[in-house]
Amino acid sequence: MTPTDSLSRASSRRAGRRSLAGTLERVLPRLVVAPSLAVALFFVYGYMLWTFILSLTGSRMLPQYNFVGLEQYARLFANERWHVAATNLVVFGGLFIAICLVLGLALAIFLDQRIRQEGALRTIYLYPMALSLIVTGVVWRWLLNPSLGIEALVQSWGFENFRFDWLVDPDMAIYTLVIAAVWQASGFVMALFLAGLRGIDDSLFKAAALDGASLPRVYWRIVLPCLRPVVFSAVMILAHIAIKSFDLVMALTGGGPGYATDLPATFMYAHTFTRGQIGLGSASAIMMLCGVLAILIPYLYSELRERKHG
Amino acid sequence: MKPLYTLAAGAALAAAVTQANAAEIEVLHWWTSGGEAKAANLLKQKLEAKGHTWKDFAVAGGGGDSAMTVLKSRAISGNPPAVAQIKGPLIQEWGEMGFLGNIDKVAKEENWDAFLPPELSAYDKVDGHYAAVPVNIHRINWLWANPEVLEKSGVDSLPRTWDEFFADARKIRDAGFVPLAHGGQPWQDATVFEVVLMGVGGADFYRKAFVDLDPEALTSDTMVKALKTFKKLRGAMDPDIAGRDWNIATSMVISGKAAMQIMGDWAKGEFTAAGMTPSEDYLCEAAPMTEHMFSYNVDSFAMFKVDDKGKQQAQMDLAGLILSKDFQTTFNKAKGSIPVRMDVPLDDFDACAKSSREAFDAAQAQGGLVPSLAHGMAVSASVQGAVFDVITNFFNDPDMPAEKAAERLASAVRAAG
Repeated sequence: MTPTDSLSRASSRRAGRRSLAGTLERVLPRLVVAPSLAVALFFVYGYMLWTFILSLTGSRMLPQYNFVGLEQYARLFANERWHVAATNLVVFGGLFIAICLVLGLALAIFLDQRIRQEGALRTIYLYPMALSLIVTGVVWRWLLNPSLGIEALVQSWGFENFRFDWLVDPDMAIYTLVIAAVWQASGFVMALFLAGLRGIDDSLFKAAALDGASLPRVYWRIVLPCLRPVVFSAVMILAHIAIKSFDLVMALTGGGPGYATDLPATFMYAHTFTRGQIGLGSASAIMMLCGVLAILIPYLYSELRERKHG
Repeated sequence: MKPLYTLAAGAALAAAVTQANAAEIEVLHWWTSGGEAKAANLLKQKLEAKGHTWKDFAVAGGGGDSAMTVLKSRAISGNPPAVAQIKGPLIQEWGEMGFLGNIDKVAKEENWDAFLPPELSAYDKVDGHYAAVPVNIHRINWLWANPEVLEKSGVDSLPRTWDEFFADARKIRDAGFVPLAHGGQPWQDATVFEVVLMGVGGADFYRKAFVDLDPEALTSDTMVKALKTFKKLRGAMDPDIAGRDWNIATSMVISGKAAMQIMGDWAKGEFTAAGMTPSEDYLCEAAPMTEHMFSYNVDSFAMFKVDDKGKQQAQMDLAGLILSKDFQTTFNKAKGSIPVRMDVPLDDFDACAKSSREAFDAAQAQGGLVPSLAHGMAVSASVQGAVFDVITNFFNDPDMPAEKAAERLASAVRAAG
């Protein structure tokens, strides 16, 4: 045992420890991510696949594996209620996203004018987002109920002919969903835009002012294009709120009057879980997925590609 | 230390001993509204007096839709409750899938076949063996009324025909009340419609249309006439029916805002809870033109297959308890229904229950006994859902002609069947 001997052994031990640390450093992130990846693969993609398989079967009350081809899809498209639900989603989703974007942007621009009490106002507008959609639905159900809410109030002020009975009118009920959902989400969109606006350099405004551009023009030609990534995330978030809207419908209209405010999500639930038509319900779930993909993939593709080029 | 130890050992031993013949069984039910919750609690107390434990698994939601959803997810995951409230043709479906146990032992011991009406016990048998136990008989075709409101409106007696009904409705409306309280939920729309259909078409037609699902009956002139009468009822209701729960509608009758309601006799529980006496504070009569008919809704408890002997015993004990004369009396008084045992005297029941039994006997003798479609007694859940869709859509769409609704009814039933 010479001193050098023990020295070299110590150093090699240290090197071993270092390489262990190195391996750990390399492996640890994967180790940490692996369970959630596995869970996501199984519970998201696995169940998507299962739903697709079920949509090809004649499953009724419980899953069965008697394959019937595309028969469930044929039944789905022959179903009156499905057409109502799909049309409703287009109306509801389109209006909801558009109004939220416009309203959110307007609120954000007004709040960005260095006004007093901005913090308090911001909280007030953002607050509805803190409520669950069930609460929003119940509150608006009372507000929109003709004999309890807004109509009764205005009539009690003396405007006897005032009518606001959208909630009980099959043709208009879908718009009550839009009202409630916009109330809930536009404050959140405002916050997104506000954060975006704050990220824009003040010198841009000053330079534009020097060039003689009016303020609306500055917003339209300069600020808005800068906010494009914010619009992108806002649309993403709003679109998924719109497509998975279920609790709001349940609390606000219960799908009624009749099934006038049925959305694909409530259609799917009713058929899969309460009516013992798992096959048909799965087919509608797959159609929802296809709808989402049809909108999102081109959008994602164009947005991401452009950003890479830019 | 030592005495404590022996105490613990003793307790463990005692627990082990009771384990042999007592068990905890989970009971899924949807009796959560006023009178119904009271009734469920009563059953629980009775079972616990026998030494078993009732693990309550109540899922709210009138009609049991949510409860059935929960039951399915529990069954798919391989963990169904020991006992679940299921009714009508659904019991057969669960039985055919092999989920249900066999309680013939207690049925034979207590000779169920002797006192259960065969029309009803058929629902609880799978391949000739009892797999479920019926609890009560609800009648659907009732007209509930607030006599004070009727008097104020100048209506002397409850309407016997639909023409009388609409004449009375005008008087009630003119006096400033809502003629017919209703909640705009699909099952309530269907409840009212099936009562109208029974009256307009008669029991045989009802069976042809809603049990046999005969396409000719579904598109016939009688069906169109029933649909038209049904749609006309919209005018006797207030404009805010959308989404209203049935018990809120009942409370409109109780508080004197509305005059009448068409609803099964579970509504009686709400009147009783409000401290009202039948034939004095409120009236119950057969809905127009359905005097000798009885559309029934029978609650049953189905027994799921369990391996544990203690649990099997607990299931049998529960089944025996449910059909004991004593329980049939107290329970049905609280629930508003009538005993499913034909040999239980109704002497100390209220007037509504007595007239319900009379109607049942008369209907049984004359062939006027029909299963309620709106309450899942007549057809499978998918056909029922399809009928609900058409009925509720027709009722809420001011522009849809009855002829078109009848055609849609036939095609929706065909597609769902």
